[in-house]
Amino acid sequence: MATAAVSPPQPHVKEYPTNGVWSWLATVDHKRIGMLYLVTALCWFAVGGLEAVIMRMQLQGPNGHVVSAETFNQLFTMHGTTMIFLVVMPLSAAFFNFLIPLQIGARDVAFPRLNAFSYWVFLFGSLFLNFSWIVGSAPNGGWFGYAPLTTLAFSPGLNIDFWLLGLQILGVSSLAAAFNFITTIINMRAPGMTLMRMPMFTWMSFVVQFLLVLAFPVITIALVFLQFDRFFGTTFYTPGAGGDPLLWQHLFWVFGHPEVYILILPAFGLVSEILPTFSRKPLFGYAVMVFSGILIAFLGFGVWAHHMFAVGMGPIADSLFAVSTMLIAIPTGVKIFNWIFTMWGGTIRFTVAMKYAIALVGLFVIGGISGVMHASPPADLQQTDTYFIVAHFHYVLVAGSLMGLWGGIYYYFPKITGRLLSEKIGNWHFWLNFIGVNLTFMPMHWSGLYGMPRRIYTYPTDQGWDLFNMMSSVGAYLQVVAGLFFAYNIIKSWRGGQIAGDNPWGAPSLEWSIPSPAPDYNFAQIPTVTSRYPLWDVASPAVPSDAISSGPLKTSRELGIPMPNPTIRPLFVALFLVLMFASLLLIHKDMFWVAIGGVITFALAMTLTLYSWLLTPLEDAH
Amino acid sequence: MTTAAVPHQAHPPTTTGLDHRKVAIWAFIGSECMLFASLISTYLIYKGKSVVGPFPHESWTDPATGHVLQPILNIPVTSMSTFVLLMSSLFMVLALEAVENKNKPAYQGTLRGNSSFWLMATALAGATFLGFQAFEFTSFVHEGLTIRRNLFGSSFFTLTGFHGAHVTAGVLWLLTLYSIDKKRGLGPKDAVLVDICALYWHFVDVVWIAIFTLVYLIS
Repeated sequence: MATAAVSPPQPHVKEYPTNGVWSWLATVDHKRIGMLYLVTALCWFAVGGLEAVIMRMQLQGPNGHVVSAETFNQLFTMHGTTMIFLVVMPLSAAFFNFLIPLQIGARDVAFPRLNAFSYWVFLFGSLFLNFSWIVGSAPNGGWFGYAPLTTLAFSPGLNIDFWLLGLQILGVSSLAAAFNFITTIINMRAPGMTLMRMPMFTWMSFVVQFLLVLAFPVITIALVFLQFDRFFGTTFYTPGAGGDPLLWQHLFWVFGHPEVYILILPAFGLVSEILPTFSRKPLFGYAVMVFSGILIAFLGFGVWAHHMFAVGMGPIADSLFAVSTMLIAIPTGVKIFNWIFTMWGGTIRFTVAMKYAIALVGLFVIGGISGVMHASPPADLQQTDTYFIVAHFHYVLVAGSLMGLWGGIYYYFPKITGRLLSEKIGNWHFWLNFIGVNLTFMPMHWSGLYGMPRRIYTYPTDQGWDLFNMMSSVGAYLQVVAGLFFAYNIIKSWRGGQIAGDNPWGAPSLEWSIPSPAPDYNFAQIPTVTSRYPLWDVASPAVPSDAISSGPLKTSRELGIPMPNPTIRPLFVALFLVLMFASLLLIHKDMFWVAIGGVITFALAMTLTLYSWLLTPLEDAH
Repeated sequence: MTTAAVPHQAHPPTTTGLDHRKVAIWAFIGSECMLFASLISTYLIYKGKSVVGPFPHESWTDPATGHVLQPILNIPVTSMSTFVLLMSSLFMVLALEAVENKNKPAYQGTLRGNSSFWLMATALAGATFLGFQAFEFTSFVHEGLTIRRNLFGSSFFTLTGFHGAHVTAGVLWLLTLYSIDKKRGLGPKDAVLVDICALYWHFVDVVWIAIFTLVYLIS
């Protein structure tokens, strides 16, 4: 071949498969890893949704007999844990992976193999957590796992072990990914891509990575204490030995409240991409949007004790945490108004993505307002541990985060697959989902205010809760139907949807300047950025003309672009890491030394594989 | 010709000019700060809350047996191990200097330019610190303080154990650099490999200063 003759001599050139199972197991391409996150998280969404539906069947009427009290405990624990750690966070991670390098004009993340490692740890960790269902002891202590309830004295089974080891594993995944994305955003921006020109999704993701880096170590330590209490007999959470029963709550919520913003800010970022595109207007108040995101994250570390008003911290602490909590409403309100002003006077196109974005703006306000209500300790004492709280956080997480993420999927599906999702089926999905979500969670405000406690597995008939529970259950079934439309849409459109083209929505940011689906090297030539909306900026187009897809795409080798080699090593390091944690389960099966032997064996295997990874060059010599 | 517009396709320079690994290690250290902050806070919250001895700074009489347990912390010994760890940071600085200046005539053939010597010295100092810690843990167990004994034991062993695990990881890292240096010679070109290890090592040292002050010195 003529091109082979002119290409420089490459000593270690090796061909790697570009399709088939192996190409996915060994991939280090951020876009493929993003797709793996996306598909895995959607599968867990089905599982977490099923858990919710069983609970709604149980609570549909008084004196339900669908599941036992013990199973119900496992269901609400796993529903919460799954939706937070296996659905919303990895869905956000799917977008971090797929979008951040594309939006800042980079060819991959800073550490492509570490990125693969993050995904595999997440996958194996999520399988480990759900393996507990198969052995019949799924976690049953709530997603917050309050100690001392979760110590060995009160929770002797393997249930809590699965939960705490699973969370430790998932923490490793999130932290590794966060270091990676921080480095990517700081260090891999295209020329001219200053911080204040970054797309809002990248900005909000950047903020979230700092939250992850600072919040996850705290729960790691809280879990280490619990792990030591359960496995080695320490007394961190044993009140009889002087242990403080509030220690867990403080450590957990120092993590847990920033976690709330870890869940919502990526969705805020996606909405800030969708609204300008379909309003044909730049985002209103870009700089204020950036700073309000940073302020939300900053204040988010100073409000954790509002989850603990009921424990009686005293009037001074209560007042301080009440005020700091109410303060967060200001930057959040600023965002809401800026989104509305973005749409104001715009040329609005009501695509499904746009409908989801608008739904987030509208419905998040409901969850935000109920949030300000229980920021006040006297009101919170009435509402805490009732369905009012359940209504609140489902409005911010389902009507907030998930609406934004679904909108993001409709918006970015063409860039991911090259095909558009069907708008017709999408409209069925949206409207059924919109009605279902409100029908499920709006009545919970009333059942809560009428005194229905959270986490009860059944209730007597004369409480006045029957109608609201029936409405919530019907709403949940509607959400299932909506979910089926969504699944059908994804499968059908991925196979045979309308071909999208580079920029089907006329969007302004860099990811739309390259072909759909994006080639492995993303940008044939790294663009030079001169404004916040490069593709709307006629005066200084960021995209060189040869990057527009015409004719067959060139491979990275033809273009002489060095790309990281695929490798299976991160998968094995992740596997050994998870097996190392899993070995600890055997301690409670009276096999202490087998467990310790397992930990040592897998730790050694992990270290050796890690060395083999680190001593292998990232890419071929060039 | 389209490819003519793309004459050179090596990696573009980083935005900040810093190596990716250096940015990442700073993010990692930020995270580690929160990790040790949680451990140290717990130790401080639980100070004086143990219902049975031994205690760190006070003696304790067992009400059942009348047996008196002495204050358990051995400050002179720990001061020595602290000194060794502080010296290791100095060796680390010298190791990095040796690698960065390897090609300069003033460094060639001198001790200052002998990077593998300084890397090994740092690793050995770290290992000595770990030896002191092993001695300390063993003697505490002999004196009746285990991780299960009381809140002090639980929080002390967990905090210092976590720090010790970090030192162990650092020693392994240093030995790895040492063997790379022996095998192919580390030079200014790959000084970042030593640089990030040095940042980690100094961080672990600083954490020990905090632990030594808050746990050992302040009673």
